[in-house]
Amino acid sequence: MAHPAKAGALGARRRWAALFVATCRLFTWLAVVLLGVLILHVTREGIGWLDGGFLSSYPSRFAEKAGIKSALFGTLWLTSLTALFSIPVGVAAAIYLEEFGGRGKLSAFIDINIANLAGVPSIVYGILGLAIFVRWFSLQRSVLAGALTMSLLILPVIIMSSREAIRAVPHSIRQAALALGATPWQTVRYHVLPAALPGILTGLILALSRAIGETAPLIMIGALTYVAFVPSGPMDAFTALPIQIFNWASRPQAEFHQLAAAGIVVLLAVLLIMNAAAIIIRHRSQRDRAW
Amino acid sequence: MNHTATALPPKRRRWSEEAIRGGLLVCALLSIATTIGIIAVLASETYSFFKHIPLFEFLFGTRWTPLLEPKSFGVLPLINGTFLVVVGAALVAIPVGLTAAIYLSEYAPDRVRSILKPTLEVLAGIPTVVYGYFALTFVTPLLQLIIPSTQVFNAASASVVVGIMILPMVASLCDDALRAVPHSLRQGAYALGATSFETTTRVVVPAALSGVMASFVLAVSRAMGETMAVTLAAGASPKMTLNVLESIQTMTAYIVQISLGDTPAGTIEYQTIFTVGSLLFAITLVMNVIANRVLRRFREVYE
Amino acid sequence: MVTPSPQPTARAADAAGSPTIIQAHDLSISYGTAPAIRNLSLEISENRITSIIGPSGCGKSTLIRAFNRMNDFIPNVRMEGVIEYRGANLYGPGVDPVDVRLRIGMVFQKPNPFPKSIFKNVSWGPSINGHRSDVDGLVEESLRRAALWDEVKDRLRDSALGLSGGQQQRLCIARALAMQPDVILMDEPCSALDPVSTSRIEDLLFELKKQYTIVIVTHNMQQAARVSDFTAFLDAGKLIEFGDTETLFTRPKEKRTGDYVMGRFG
Repeated sequence: MAHPAKAGALGARRRWAALFVATCRLFTWLAVVLLGVLILHVTREGIGWLDGGFLSSYPSRFAEKAGIKSALFGTLWLTSLTALFSIPVGVAAAIYLEEFGGRGKLSAFIDINIANLAGVPSIVYGILGLAIFVRWFSLQRSVLAGALTMSLLILPVIIMSSREAIRAVPHSIRQAALALGATPWQTVRYHVLPAALPGILTGLILALSRAIGETAPLIMIGALTYVAFVPSGPMDAFTALPIQIFNWASRPQAEFHQLAAAGIVVLLAVLLIMNAAAIIIRHRSQRDRAW
Repeated sequence: MNHTATALPPKRRRWSEEAIRGGLLVCALLSIATTIGIIAVLASETYSFFKHIPLFEFLFGTRWTPLLEPKSFGVLPLINGTFLVVVGAALVAIPVGLTAAIYLSEYAPDRVRSILKPTLEVLAGIPTVVYGYFALTFVTPLLQLIIPSTQVFNAASASVVVGIMILPMVASLCDDALRAVPHSLRQGAYALGATSFETTTRVVVPAALSGVMASFVLAVSRAMGETMAVTLAAGASPKMTLNVLESIQTMTAYIVQISLGDTPAGTIEYQTIFTVGSLLFAITLVMNVIANRVLRRFREVYE
Repeated sequence: MVTPSPQPTARAADAAGSPTIIQAHDLSISYGTAPAIRNLSLEISENRITSIIGPSGCGKSTLIRAFNRMNDFIPNVRMEGVIEYRGANLYGPGVDPVDVRLRIGMVFQKPNPFPKSIFKNVSWGPSINGHRSDVDGLVEESLRRAALWDEVKDRLRDSALGLSGGQQQRLCIARALAMQPDVILMDEPCSALDPVSTSRIEDLLFELKKQYTIVIVTHNMQQAARVSDFTAFLDAGKLIEFGDTETLFTRPKEKRTGDYVMGRFG
């Protein structure tokens, strides 16, 4: 029993469906295209300035002589100190919330708190760091102040990803350990933490790579934009890769824009290495485990 | 260590266990301390500010010149600037992000998904200063080619770039929301003869609507807090305008500008950092809390 | 035939006169408002195998988890009544649950070896309790007692996850034995295993009972009949009948017991 009218309508509907899928596909590949354009543009602009001299010179008023040595070392110092503070505190907090916290009101409150903190703009953390670390603690514009500020910024991220890694460890392992007469902490220390370690590490690397790219909080606490020395202690002034890039990009001259591009290439390379490490860790750990 | 037939010894306090538990708790409480710190810091300086400048003038004034005589502290131009950038970013990110999520969750074969998802993650991981550079050196010249009257600093370039920045977030959250919709709903629609387009737009997306809307709100909140791209590309001229090709200033860019300068602590100009910061914090907090609550309830419905 | 007494007494006449090692008095356990065990009284005899049978949800697991205080980890669990171990109140105020678990060990339904080497699985428990001397000897002896030594003696450093299901469960038994406990609780230890592994473990139990007291939860009635000296039949949290296994299976006092062992329900 043919319904010609209905057949026609179905054809039109099918065409809409095809158009819709095509549009979806187009927009999605647009994202890939954008990424490609961005990387190409940056590389093309900056590649001319990338050489050994660039990596080993200090910034200068003269573009040909300028380099990112101080920024590289500053980032190194900053990231190391940030890791030093944020990793123990973050993982400890995650352990508490997952293993000892229970479901009481306090734990729920801390939970919501952390979720909110994760969404606070990074510049607000900079304002916090300015008031507390730079002024109140009198740390001035030191690497230490920067590291403490950055630690607060990435702490929620570390806590959330560590909690997920801990939660993924099967309950049966905990039960086995407890039944053998282990205390809850012994169970965590000898079984839960080692099992969750790859996941925690992956999360840590991703959190730190986020910290490396952040600029606004560092500007707020006074990271300098023209630094011709390498920090030798946590109380020294400093600059960092994103700050240097920002500084060069803010200048009107084209050469400095190209220097900024070169700096970006270095920054992206650093991030690429870190993310690759995270992916490798994740893959290797999934090979030899029971879950 | 033979435990056969030995009586239960009296309980002894395990000091190390309790000490460790205490230490872990302190670390967890640090998060609360951070929130208290943010609120306290912002509130105290803001309070001092409002002892000199009436709240009405701040919230509704249309001139923002805290560094130039005659000083004026009406924050609307900054809100205007932020608004332009955020709306523009949403116009870029929301359609593209939502359709990308639809494509990824409903249509894309696994092979394609395995390319696209990492691409989105990479886009999300690129530092904001890189996006600012891109806006300044690529997007603005491009815009100037198309529309010659585009200024060197303008809201549109920043919008585009902030949109690209929050795109992965929209796509990822919408993807989660769409995937949470049970398969049975889709299959019911197909069984009734619906095309994929009709199923997606009339069944799946409406079912995921609260999750999708929450993701939009979270992305917009993130766009509001964006700093480096707008500082580099949007300009430092606070003004009331709807022309996106002009130079403007957002709340975040203003805070950066003031910090880069030499404003002594305790002055009213210094306090504007905290006042504008409070406004930014309050708006993003409200948006995040609402969006998170909607998302939590949405997950409960489907899980 | 059946005159149910309100509280079935759980004292079984035992020809060899084995003393009571664990005793539950009027025990009631509930999760929140849902009761899991009601007014249960039971005696476990030393160096015997006591099995606990009953339909799903009757409270078997809850009961044995109460014996080694594993229920402590479940939020909003409430307990009334007393459990005594060698005359001492297991839940007394001066008692550390860790000390309880050193004496009363447990083997779980699904084998759960640690994702570590076979050797470490067995040696870990003793090592955190300060046992330092002759760890190798302890590991070997425990593996022998669990009838696993010959199969793994050449690969002690290999991952435990590489063992078969039956081997993993015997490893879990060895792990429990390494603690040199007094009592071993087993929560359906063979239900995830194939028949061959099951019978190997059942043979093991006859050897083990010479030195340890064993309480085994099982939904497999044939297993209970084969293996245990005493059997307790639970239904909906209540102890319906308790007695020596042969009597309970062939001439049960309660009708409900008879129905269950005949397979009429559960």
